[in-house]
Amino acid sequence: MSTQTKSRQVKLLQGNEACAEAAIAAGCRFFAGYPISPSSEIAEHMSVRLPQVGGRFIQMEDEIAAMGAILGAAMTGAKVMTATSGPGYSLKQENIGYAIMAEIPCLIVDVMRGGPSTGLPTSPAQSDVMQARWGTHGDHPAVALAPASVREVYDETIRAFNIAERFRVPVTLLVDEIIAHMRERVELPARGEIALWERPRPTVPPDQYLPFGDTPTGVPPMANFGEGYRYHVTGLYHDPRGLPKDSPEVVDSVMRRLMRKIELGAPDILKHEEVLLHDAALGIVAYGSSARSAKAAIRMARARGIKVGLLRPLTIWPFIEGPVADLAKQVRHIIVPEMNLGQLVLEVERVVRGRCPVHRVNRVSGEPIPPDEILAKIEELA
Amino acid sequence: MFDYEKYLRLEMFPHIWCPGCGDGIVMKSLLRAIDRVGLQKDDICMVSGIGCSSRLTGYVDFNTLHTTHGRPLAFATGVKLAKPSLNVIVVTGDGDALAIGGNHFIHACRRNIDLTVLLFNNATYGMTGGQLAPTTPTGKVASTARQGSIDPPFDACKLAIAAGATYVARGTSYHSQQLDRLIEGGIKHKGFALIEILENCNTYYGRPNKISLLELLQWEKDNTVNVKAAERMTPEQLQGKIITGVLHQADRPEYVALYEEHIARVRARAGAAA
Repeated sequence: MSTQTKSRQVKLLQGNEACAEAAIAAGCRFFAGYPISPSSEIAEHMSVRLPQVGGRFIQMEDEIAAMGAILGAAMTGAKVMTATSGPGYSLKQENIGYAIMAEIPCLIVDVMRGGPSTGLPTSPAQSDVMQARWGTHGDHPAVALAPASVREVYDETIRAFNIAERFRVPVTLLVDEIIAHMRERVELPARGEIALWERPRPTVPPDQYLPFGDTPTGVPPMANFGEGYRYHVTGLYHDPRGLPKDSPEVVDSVMRRLMRKIELGAPDILKHEEVLLHDAALGIVAYGSSARSAKAAIRMARARGIKVGLLRPLTIWPFIEGPVADLAKQVRHIIVPEMNLGQLVLEVERVVRGRCPVHRVNRVSGEPIPPDEILAKIEELA
Repeated sequence: MFDYEKYLRLEMFPHIWCPGCGDGIVMKSLLRAIDRVGLQKDDICMVSGIGCSSRLTGYVDFNTLHTTHGRPLAFATGVKLAKPSLNVIVVTGDGDALAIGGNHFIHACRRNIDLTVLLFNNATYGMTGGQLAPTTPTGKVASTARQGSIDPPFDACKLAIAAGATYVARGTSYHSQQLDRLIEGGIKHKGFALIEILENCNTYYGRPNKISLLELLQWEKDNTVNVKAAERMTPEQLQGKIITGVLHQADRPEYVALYEEHIARVRARAGAAA
């Protein structure tokens, strides 16, 4: 057994606790939040852990303030995060737009519960998929990840920080209430096994620094406030120096670069899992806890001789267009189970472009989708 | 002659402010105060919200953060707590701080976090064309109150004192030398410092209310009384007057310092346990 493996820890962890522990391991040193079910354990855990590692936790007066505070902290060089649920995620959207425009790395955890409005505060849902894409106003890129187990919450939290820092973009971790509150045995990676990406830093002296200039990756280097690189950050359209400009050329180039950096970064951002797809005639596209039900349904269907497999996006936004297009060429039918009345299925349909029928299995009752319901659809189509 | 240019981003000029606006007077006062305290440009983070006065951060050569409407205090709280060595100065307007950002305002006061806040009070929403503000005097005309406002205005200083701010001062754009000292005191103060500045918007407050720029400035002079002078005046003499100067100063633990102590305690306990 290697030293690294020896230092792995085996723990019984809740999804929300795994998120907080992963954030510490990823180097997160600033958390601002506001209490909201079913995400509050993340804030509670961070309030204990951050001071232990010299970081800072603050409970703000509201969700909007929490989002603003993490962006201010990120400007000083800290890796930052906040955690919330649907109603709070709605409140944060304006400042999430600011983070996109000002290119400030940050993680927003949205533990999805039933909505709209106060809805179902402690019951699961997957109904913020489109909010994660289009929640803030204006054209913009979006990055969102959706883990399906406690260990995956850990890994995807670290990956979310990595993407946020490398691409100077806010990243949303879309966790559903089931994954957030379940406890599982997890073997945590040793410190040396965790790859961390840092934000690109300026290599030129301050007088040549362009905080919002174009680069081959589309991601400009980011200087921290207080290190001699004095510059302006604004939510207005701005030139490469960050100064407000509204000429059509500047506006167009900023918008296109913000989109391009995520398109170019897609190989580092996209991630999916394939389960028993090699011989599948039926395909399921599912994420989060619905993917767990789908896996159970696939086992039962395979026991009855039905060749069905799963394509599971871990990256929800940007969407895994290639694998879904390939699946549409391979299978006769695609089933999309979701705890909403059809959100990610709209993306699946867009990419499938009618090459095969796309079927929905939906629950909006505050209950998880039982494997039987997915199995019934599989048997109907087999 | 004071060298303003060393603190300015000259390529950003001309500025967007109307002729006669008070914002430029206050900006110059702020730069003189910074110079007097001797702060280094790299050590200043200036944070603003949305509105005419909040455009100030684009013109000055510091680490500048022009945020969303009403939220500069939330951003500034993050900056200060994450990097206490920065001198964080917030530029905000009356609509920004007292309407859309009112919640952040009272809670930043309550924490007594070490921020210096300049609240530019022109009694209107200038950038959007003169709508009713939470500071518009009752009876005055606004583009959303054409028959005159029925709303009572906020007193920003009383609000800040009640919420727990530990340095509260009021100045005007007319009394610019007094303002230098009030801002200087705010920067030096360890804790939440508010400097409310009564200034004018002759374009969107003066014009619809048929008050000239000269009359607006004259009003700042005639209707304000320094807190020291006020002590010797009778209630009758003070009727209708607005008090300026340092209105409140208190000694109370500052938030970031308390958090640093918290970290030290947690780590000492962990060390003792290990």
